[in-house]
Amino acid sequence: MALLQLERISAQYPGATTPVLADISLTLGPQQLLVALGPSGSGKTSLLNLIAGFVEPSAGRITLDGVPVKGPSAERGVVFQDDALLPWQDVLANVGFGLELAGVPKAQRQVRAHEMLALADLAGFDSRRIWQLSGGQKQRVGLARALAADPRVLLMDEPFGALDAFTREQMQELLLQVWRRTAKPVFLITHDIEEAVFLATDLILLAPNPGQIVERLSLDFGQRYAAGESARAIKSDPRFIETREHVLGKVFSQRQVYA
Amino acid sequence: MSSYEIPATAVSQASPPLRRTLSTRWISVLTLVALLALWWAVTASGLIEPLFLPPPAAVLQKGWLLATSGYMDSTLWQHLGASLGRIGLGLGFAVLTAVPVGIAIGANRIARGILDPLIEFYRPIPPLAYLPLIVIWCGIGELSKVLLIYLAIFAPIAIATATGVRTVDPAKLRAAQSLGATRAQLIRHVILPSALPDILTGVRIGLGVGWSTLVAAELIAATSGLGFMVQSAAQFLVTDVVVLGILVIALIAFAMEMGLRALQRKLVPWHGQAH
Repeated sequence: MALLQLERISAQYPGATTPVLADISLTLGPQQLLVALGPSGSGKTSLLNLIAGFVEPSAGRITLDGVPVKGPSAERGVVFQDDALLPWQDVLANVGFGLELAGVPKAQRQVRAHEMLALADLAGFDSRRIWQLSGGQKQRVGLARALAADPRVLLMDEPFGALDAFTREQMQELLLQVWRRTAKPVFLITHDIEEAVFLATDLILLAPNPGQIVERLSLDFGQRYAAGESARAIKSDPRFIETREHVLGKVFSQRQVYA
Repeated sequence: MSSYEIPATAVSQASPPLRRTLSTRWISVLTLVALLALWWAVTASGLIEPLFLPPPAAVLQKGWLLATSGYMDSTLWQHLGASLGRIGLGLGFAVLTAVPVGIAIGANRIARGILDPLIEFYRPIPPLAYLPLIVIWCGIGELSKVLLIYLAIFAPIAIATATGVRTVDPAKLRAAQSLGATRAQLIRHVILPSALPDILTGVRIGLGVGWSTLVAAELIAATSGLGFMVQSAAQFLVTDVVVLGILVIALIAFAMEMGLRALQRKLVPWHGQAH
């Protein structure tokens, strides 16, 4: 059964002539890692903002477990591109922030926060201050914070876009491990083609003016990594390269149409 | 100014200085010492009469006398206490009211529409210009002085708070919302701590304005306080008390500024850090 469902979603900013998104339909179910790939202006951030409830669609319906989505809520956890952590709290308090908002007693939320930090490979960082962390560590805290609130789905807004190439690869691998262990459905947006092909169980390619889905692929590279294969072996697999080039070609053909 | 300072530090960090250089702090200390020496020299040599400028030793001696036996029925401590009590009360009430008002202005369109023009209207008026009106309404008692300080401190804190609220990182707000924060929780957990550096800056500015307003008000209508002490001493040409009073007023202002900077470092250590 589909968990998250988007039915014929359109979005338009007030005063704009062309919609940002037109007629988007998609579903996100258990065990899925859905990646929306697209160049800037293709509306992928708008798509995430709609699902998160930060903005409302101008047409169409978004439901989670059959219930219409209305405004932001703790059942749709978000990891942001620029961490959005609270610098006046330490790492542990940041991770437990969602539980604090929900009124969970301190001892209990610290236990949970410790678990999530261990999951994000940040054990021992409890009392660090946010400004003492590197970019990759901040994203791990952001991931642990979103997971600590035990959301139904995890939304990720270009989470590794601001990281250097090495850290980005590590974070992609970490995400796949976390995804496998928590079994949370993930919706991730990115403009990095290799990242998209590596992570996605389901890939949608967005094209701009107006934002629309021009390609849907089912992939298994992420699952192969989760099953124990090495990331380098997967990324140098001819089938991986072929898929990457196919998607790249699609992106460029779309570019020419709208250039 | 700052555009001059930045390359200077950058250069001194990049290449170690060849000559032994004085730190900025020592230059400041030396300047003060030089001024004191000049003061001593012109008074000791009889170049300036004690009526116009008493020697440092006389001022110091008078200070001891004031602290122990007093001037105009009150000791220096009582005058100081009167002034500090007034500014403390004014500041307390100002923080309690200006922070909520600032949050309302920053976070709510209707509150901004109502309050913003009111504050912007009275803020540029020098407090001493409306002191006579306050005296007509509230008399010359403590109330009018505290009210004057309150009004002088209120505007900078409210405006700084509103600025802080308006510049809260929208990503932090969205993050809190997606973790289930209610509107009240957003204010308590995200908006207020985000705006704290601005609020403290507002308090610093407010205290500066408040202190000068208070002393000026005491010059005009008071029977105690540092301003009153200086004013009444001037009427009898007791110049050493006048000089001493001015020095104490300056010292208090300096101490408040330093105290608030220390508070700012302690309360908002993340401010100015890359995060």
